[in-house]
Amino acid sequence: MILARVLGNVVATKKHPSYTGHKTLIVQPVDEYGNDTGTSFVACDSVQAGPGDVVLVEQEGNCARQILGTLKDPFHSVICGIVDRVKLEG
Amino acid sequence: MKIAKVIGTVVATVKDPSIKNLKILMIQPLDEQFKSDGDPLAAIDTVQAGPEDIVYYTMARESTLALPDPMSPVDAAITGIVDEVYLEDKGIVDREKIFA
Repeated sequence: MILARVLGNVVATKKHPSYTGHKTLIVQPVDEYGNDTGTSFVACDSVQAGPGDVVLVEQEGNCARQILGTLKDPFHSVICGIVDRVKLEG
Repeated sequence: MKIAKVIGTVVATVKDPSIKNLKILMIQPLDEQFKSDGDPLAAIDTVQAGPEDIVYYTMARESTLALPDPMSPVDAAITGIVDEVYLEDKGIVDREKIFA
């Protein structure tokens, strides 16, 4: 899982049937201090996250399918948490 | 999943039988500002996307699940045609509280 911040959402009417009913958000990965790292990508939302939120993004298909509850659908990255606090004790 | 732009098509008559009558498109991955992000790649089309369309595609094992034969040798499949991208980039709300 990685930390990311939500930039906005992606609207697509013509899509794979299993995507209907799932919000697709565009997220920008951030490091443990909240600074941007890497490039943005699209993730399905399962926790009603919105722009400006810091979220946990699962980037592995098997977990994505378990979270979204369907074992044969092409989900790859899923938002599975909204972060309230990052405490570094390193 | 990433946003990409369709920049061309790939025609291959001799190919694996499991991807026989599926369209192969060349796509250029994009970031949220629609700037090129990485190298172009070939992806199987499942939503009848055409040239110049902005699409999103999945990678790895999940792309085969979007195809008729879930065991086909594919690692990128286009699964949606993007109509709009709403960007409300207001940075991180309550950033000091979260990353104290």
